[in-house]
Amino acid sequence: MESMRVAVVKVFLGLLLMLGVGGPLLAGQSAMAQTPAVAGQAERLSALEKQVAANTAAAASAQTAGDNGWMLVSAALVLMMSGPGLALFYGGLVRKKNVLGTMMQTFAMMAVITILWALVIYSLAFGDGNSFIGGFGNIFLHGVGSAPGVYASTVPSQTFMVYQLMFAIITPALISGAFAERMKFSAMLTFTVLWTFVVYCPMAHMVWGKGGLLNAGMGGRIPCLDFAGGTVVHITSGTSALVTAIFMGRRLGFPKEPMPPHSVVLSFIGACLLWVGWFGFNAGSALSAGTLATAAFVATHFGAAAAAVGWSAAEWLRQGKASALGAISGAVAGLVAITPAAGFVTPMSAIWIGLLAGVFCYFMVVKVKSFFGYDDSLDAFGVHGAGGTLGAILTGVFANSAVNPILGAGKPIGLLEGNGGQVLNQLIGIAIAMSISVVGTLIILFLVDKTIGLRVSEDEERDGLDLSQHGEEGYDWAH
Amino acid sequence: MQKIEAVIQPSKLDAVKDALVEIGVNGMTILEARGHGRQKGHTEVYRGREYSVDLLPKVKLELVVADEQVDEVVQAILTAARTGTIGDGKIFISKIDEAIRIRNDERGEIAL
Repeated sequence: MESMRVAVVKVFLGLLLMLGVGGPLLAGQSAMAQTPAVAGQAERLSALEKQVAANTAAAASAQTAGDNGWMLVSAALVLMMSGPGLALFYGGLVRKKNVLGTMMQTFAMMAVITILWALVIYSLAFGDGNSFIGGFGNIFLHGVGSAPGVYASTVPSQTFMVYQLMFAIITPALISGAFAERMKFSAMLTFTVLWTFVVYCPMAHMVWGKGGLLNAGMGGRIPCLDFAGGTVVHITSGTSALVTAIFMGRRLGFPKEPMPPHSVVLSFIGACLLWVGWFGFNAGSALSAGTLATAAFVATHFGAAAAAVGWSAAEWLRQGKASALGAISGAVAGLVAITPAAGFVTPMSAIWIGLLAGVFCYFMVVKVKSFFGYDDSLDAFGVHGAGGTLGAILTGVFANSAVNPILGAGKPIGLLEGNGGQVLNQLIGIAIAMSISVVGTLIILFLVDKTIGLRVSEDEERDGLDLSQHGEEGYDWAH
Repeated sequence: MQKIEAVIQPSKLDAVKDALVEIGVNGMTILEARGHGRQKGHTEVYRGREYSVDLLPKVKLELVVADEQVDEVVQAILTAARTGTIGDGKIFISKIDEAIRIRNDERGEIAL
C-alpha cells in the first residue's frame, strides 16, 4: 500500500514536472527529500571540478601570456640583431664607398628570406620529415596558427615560426662579411637564397627539427647540444664564409692598399645592438619565459663580457693598446661561443667559455688570417666559424644537468660531469655542419659564378658597391 | 697684391680667423685639407692590421691682400696659429696679377 502511494506521488510529481510548473524547484525539493546527503556531495564535487577546470585554464592562459610575451619580444630582439645591429657592425668596417651595399646585403635578407620562409623554408626546416630535412606539410604556413605546435607547448605555433624566421634571416647575412666590397647584388641574392635551402634547412632540421638526427631534446640518434644555434647559425655561416672568401679571391688591391674601417663608430653601435639583441637569440631559445630563459640570459651576458676582456687583454699585451674595435669584436666572439652553451651552463662556466673565445678568436683573426692570406674581409670566419666551433666543443665540456636536465633527470651531460661521450657528439655535429657548409657552398658558388657571375667588374669595385650596385652614395659630401 | 696661403692646425682656425678680422681683413677662403710635412703621420691598427696614416687633417686659409698689409697679416697668423709643436703648418706668399669682382667688374685692389 505504502509503495503504491509513493508511486502515485511520483507519477503526480512527474506530471507536474512535465507541465513545467515550478519544475526546477520541485525537482530539487524531491531530490533533497529523497537523498539529501549524497546529492549535496555530488553537487559540491561538480562545482569543485568546474572550479579546478577554470583554474587550470586560467593558469594555462597566464603561462601562455607570459611565455608568448617573452617570445614575441625575443623575436623582435633577434630581428634587431640583423638590422640595425649587423648592418651597422659590418657597414662601419668597410670603406665608405661600400657602406650602403654592405648594409643592403643584410637588409635584403630581412625581406627576401621572410617571404620564402612563409612559402616553403619553414616547412623544410621544421615540418614533419625525415632525420635530415622537413617535409612540405607546412608550406604556405599551412597548419601554423594560434594553437601550440610540437616545439613549444605554451605559445602559438605562429610565434615559434616567426621567432625561428629571425634566425634564418641573420645566418646568411653573417656570411656577407666574407665577400664584402666585391660581390654583385644579384649574385648575392641568388647565393643566399640557394644557401638557405641547401645548408640552413637541413642543419636547422637536424639540430632542432622533430626527429632530426642531432636533436638532443626530441629523439635524435646523435644528441648534439646546440641551445641557440652554434652549429646551425655560426659554424654554417662561418665555414661558408671561409669557403666564399677563398673561392672569390681577394678584394682589388688587398693587402697592399690600405682598407681600414671607415667608421668604427658605426661598428660600435652595431656591436652593442648585437649584444642586447642576443638576449632574444639565446634566452628566447628557451621557448618560454621560465627559469631556463634566465639561465641562458645570464650565461649570454657573462660570456660576452668575459670575451671582451679576453680579446682586449690579448691585444693590449701584444700590441700595446686595447682598441675599441678589439673590445667589440671580442664581445661578439663571446656571444657566438656562448650561443650553443647558453641554456646548459652555469654563469661561471660562461665566463670561462667567453675568456677562451675572446683570446682564441683574436688569434684566428689577427694571426691565422694573415698567415694564410685569404681575404675574409670582415672576419666572418675568424669570429663566427672559429667562435662557433670552440663554443660547440666547450658546450660538451661544461654542460650541466643542474642547469638543464635535457638527457633525463640526474643523467650527466657534459665532460666535467663525467659524460665524455658528449664531446664526441659535439664533434660529430661540428663535422656534419662543416661538411654540409663546404660542399653546399662550393656547389652554389660554382653555379652562380657560371650563370650570373659572382664578382662586380674591376671598375665597379673601384667605384664601390653603393654607386655600381645601387646607384646611390652613403655619404653625400656635396650638399 | 699678394696671396697668402696658410696651412694650419684645424684647432687653431678660430683663433686665426679672429686675429685676421681684428686687423681688418675683409675676406678669406678656408679649405679643409689633408697633408703632412716633417710631422709625418701615425700608425693605426685595426684587428691586427697596421695602417700608416701619413695624411693628417689640416685647414688651409687663402687670402689675397694689398702689398702693404702682407706683413701685418703674416704676423697675425704666426701669433695665432703657433702652438710650438711640430705640425703647426706653413705660410706661402705669392704675387697676384689681377683681382676682379664678379658682381661689377671692378679690378685691382678695390676688388679685394
